[in-house]
Amino acid sequence: MSTPSSSPAATPAGGRWQRLRDSYLWYSFKRDRGAQLCLATLLALVGMALLAPWLAPTDPYDLAQIDILASELPPFWIDGSDPAYTLGTDAQGRDLWSIILYGTRVSLLIGFGAVLLQALLGVVFGLLAGYLGGRVDALLMRLADIQLSFSTLMVAIVVGAVVKATLGGGFYSDYAILMLILIIGLAEWPQYARTVRASVLAEKRKEYVDAAKVMGLKSRRIMFRHVLPNTLSPIFVISTVQIANAIISEAALSFLGLGMPETHPSLGSLIKAGFDYLQSGAWWITLIPGAFLVVLVLSINLLGDWLRDVMNPRLYKG
Amino acid sequence: MALLEVRDLDVRFALRQGEVRALRNINFTLDRGERLGLVGESGAGKSVAAFSLLNLIAKPGYIAGGSIRFDGQELIGLGERRLRRIRGNRVSMIFQDPMMTLNPVLTIGEQMVECLKAHRRIASREARAIALHKLQQVQIPSPETRLDQYPHELSGGMRQRVIIAIALLLDPDIIIADEPTTALDVTIQAEIMTLLLELCEKHNVGLILITHDLGVVSQVTQRMLVMYAGRVIEAGPTREIINDPQHPYTQGLMNALPQMATPGSHLNQIRGSMPPLSQLPSGCAFHPRCDFVTRADGSERPACSRQVPDFVASGNCRVACHMVAEMLAQEAATEEDRP
Amino acid sequence: MTAQALSHTETPTEPRRQAARPSDQENAPLLEIRGLRKRFDLSGDFLEQLRFKGGRLVRHQEFVHAINGVDLSIRRGEALCVVGESGCGKSTVARTVMGLLSPSAGEIHYDGTRIDDLSPKALLPYRKRMQMIFQNPYASLNPRMTIQQTLEEPIRLHHPDWDRERVTAKVREVMASVGIDPEWGARFGHEFSGGQRQRIAIARALAVDPEFIVADEPISALDVSIQAQVLNLLMDAQQERHLTYLFITHDLAVVEHFGTRVAVMYLGTVCEVAPTRTLFATPRHPYTQALLSAIPRLEDDRPQPIRLTGEVPTPVNLPSGCVFHGRCPHAEARCRREVPRLVAQADGSQVACHGVEEGRL
Repeated sequence: MSTPSSSPAATPAGGRWQRLRDSYLWYSFKRDRGAQLCLATLLALVGMALLAPWLAPTDPYDLAQIDILASELPPFWIDGSDPAYTLGTDAQGRDLWSIILYGTRVSLLIGFGAVLLQALLGVVFGLLAGYLGGRVDALLMRLADIQLSFSTLMVAIVVGAVVKATLGGGFYSDYAILMLILIIGLAEWPQYARTVRASVLAEKRKEYVDAAKVMGLKSRRIMFRHVLPNTLSPIFVISTVQIANAIISEAALSFLGLGMPETHPSLGSLIKAGFDYLQSGAWWITLIPGAFLVVLVLSINLLGDWLRDVMNPRLYKG
Repeated sequence: MALLEVRDLDVRFALRQGEVRALRNINFTLDRGERLGLVGESGAGKSVAAFSLLNLIAKPGYIAGGSIRFDGQELIGLGERRLRRIRGNRVSMIFQDPMMTLNPVLTIGEQMVECLKAHRRIASREARAIALHKLQQVQIPSPETRLDQYPHELSGGMRQRVIIAIALLLDPDIIIADEPTTALDVTIQAEIMTLLLELCEKHNVGLILITHDLGVVSQVTQRMLVMYAGRVIEAGPTREIINDPQHPYTQGLMNALPQMATPGSHLNQIRGSMPPLSQLPSGCAFHPRCDFVTRADGSERPACSRQVPDFVASGNCRVACHMVAEMLAQEAATEEDRP
Repeated sequence: MTAQALSHTETPTEPRRQAARPSDQENAPLLEIRGLRKRFDLSGDFLEQLRFKGGRLVRHQEFVHAINGVDLSIRRGEALCVVGESGCGKSTVARTVMGLLSPSAGEIHYDGTRIDDLSPKALLPYRKRMQMIFQNPYASLNPRMTIQQTLEEPIRLHHPDWDRERVTAKVREVMASVGIDPEWGARFGHEFSGGQRQRIAIARALAVDPEFIVADEPISALDVSIQAQVLNLLMDAQQERHLTYLFITHDLAVVEHFGTRVAVMYLGTVCEVAPTRTLFATPRHPYTQALLSAIPRLEDDRPQPIRLTGEVPTPVNLPSGCVFHGRCPHAEARCRREVPRLVAQADGSQVACHGVEEGRL
């Protein structure tokens, strides 16, 4: 019996952390200032949103803390500002800084929640369509086509109207976050399904899948244990774009009055709430939350672009 | 003077793990009409050698040193424009995958005419006539129709014939063929190789044939180089190397062929595998796999693991091996004692 | 100094493998393929099949005829090699035998039981007895699984009652038996070289102690020096475990060395089946003769290869009669008309050729 003399690449089996540090991902992250900046910004925004109850000077949901007389105060660098309200106040006298912190929280929650739902539906449907093929594939993909032919807006209007009509407007605003997650999640799962299906089609031709079949494994196990882990990179990449999209969709819906109520605002409904005052000089109520939204979405998108470049095997040849 | 003369060619790749030396100290010459084989396993550097001859090495690779003289002209450091006048015109290449050379959206004729017009001032009609003539030379059935067909309408063997026709289009002095028949079936491979051999002989074209197949090399080439881990380890007339290989690696490669063993018995394998170029062992790159690191009397030969072997002349061949050098030195010593 | 002075001290060992192991069931084939046909639909779903022809909507279907009536039987303990050029259907035969494809017609019997129509559940006991080795060692290992996980999976599936220790012990044993250090179990496939990966793939096939192995071009993706290692490993495994092989390859030198019997395929049909020695000494079918003459040999005094004329027809539009007639130098009118059948010859081979049957070749 022969023994191979050369040992495999000289990496000691050093756990996941070691593998990450040796990876191309980490290597190119270390060299890319833009990606570092984006990740730092994103982490800062997420951290602020998570810590909102501790960071915010006031609780914007608590009506007792609102002083209607202090409405439309400008931010600190403009004359007439009140040092208690760093970024000024909105039309109802809520502290803008506090309400932005809480609003970012709502926006991120909806963004991540909706993407989680999209991913769940999309991955399962995409995996089934790609792996089983034939009629299942045809059925699921036509379903996806139909879904894509309705815009998110239309789904929101229809669902909103139906819920409001059957369960009442109060119910809708009470469960607005859940509703928005559901609407955006349902409207955009085909993006995931298509991506996953495409990479499943590529993976299932590889011989390790045949080897698993020859072993006698059940289709379900092959799909989830063998094929799915190998389609994770594209899922990862598309997720960043989809989170940004979901946040934008939410903002758009809220701006049109189909999303979060003003009592419980997201960044989108804040922009909308301030929009009426833009002409009267209180521009900060709209533009400051707007800037936050732009920075948030931009950093996610740029990070997604970087990730796609790194993970694209055609561009990456080590 | 040789038509092509390569001296101390040194090619490196700047990778993120550091610099990898893909080729070291490659030396060879090619005369007009001569056929040279470059043999080695994947990763030995034989394709890199072929690409660097025409300065076609893609980033992150670069030529770090040495000299390539073609017809008296130094190619290293030559401007892209002047290089292009040599590429395709006086030296042409044939790749393993015909679809790498053929453009799928142009007909065979269009591609051949385009190639001719790029290098010569020539009328379209005249170019088409030359193209047709070249297709006839490679013995393609009904060449007139082929001119107006797209590459995907042809079979694999026919595509490789077209590639050869394109390579011959400008009457080059040298054809570099990188595994030209590896993707083809045995019967087609035999046809294409015979054709290539006949055409090279008839038109006095030099051939550099890159392959891993010792059988093909032995039939087509006059001289051969055996490469291992980025170096040439043995060079000489093909017949002599095939009949009497000197380097332990060349011997190992030949002995590992199923033809060399009794059917059903164990094949004579070489242990281990070729190390990646980034992790070459010290001394002779082959020494961890070599059976001759210890001498016949059981003593170690320390040079094998410490010092890169130099070439020694053994008959008409050159071999880079400490063991061979030692044996030759001993033979020379006994010769001297005798008179 | 000569090559003799340098050549290996090892003397050629005697052929150690016997043609067939004597056993009670010596005459009963382990695997039998009867009238196997497989065609692939090229024309897509129903809507894509509709075409306008002469002003009418007609359904147009196109098929690749990958296998057209193949009969083969494999005896216990032998290594049956199937050779042929790309597109001759040899891999399709292997994949159909392993149940990765379902046959369009014909039957596959394993040890007396018909297996091509069994449900996945009923097939499970046979999965343990039949295993497969694939061509590309870079694609046949799941990149997201460690070697330990890869090898454990088949053992756990087929021995659900084994405890952890026993499974681990089996994994170590099987790794050691293919020459992979059992300490490397925590590594991933990409950390190994091609030859080592192929060893691991062989270990996975051997992990459930099969008796029959289908090897689909197992060494053609490897370098020459590594090919010898893997081929030796396969022969060792055959001897130690009394394996039966169905070995698919295009490399005739490997066949001559490894095979007990050889089946030569051309365009989805078997044109000659013979014991290895007989086939290489006296090839009967014109295609086999051309194939053998085309092997690049190291000797320079060999005869010129037999030059075939014409192109290989596509399996979409099969020629009538003998599929080889377009390239055959001996083709006659009957060859263009009538499909030849495999006919047993005096020397133990079977040849499907009108010329051989009529005695003119």
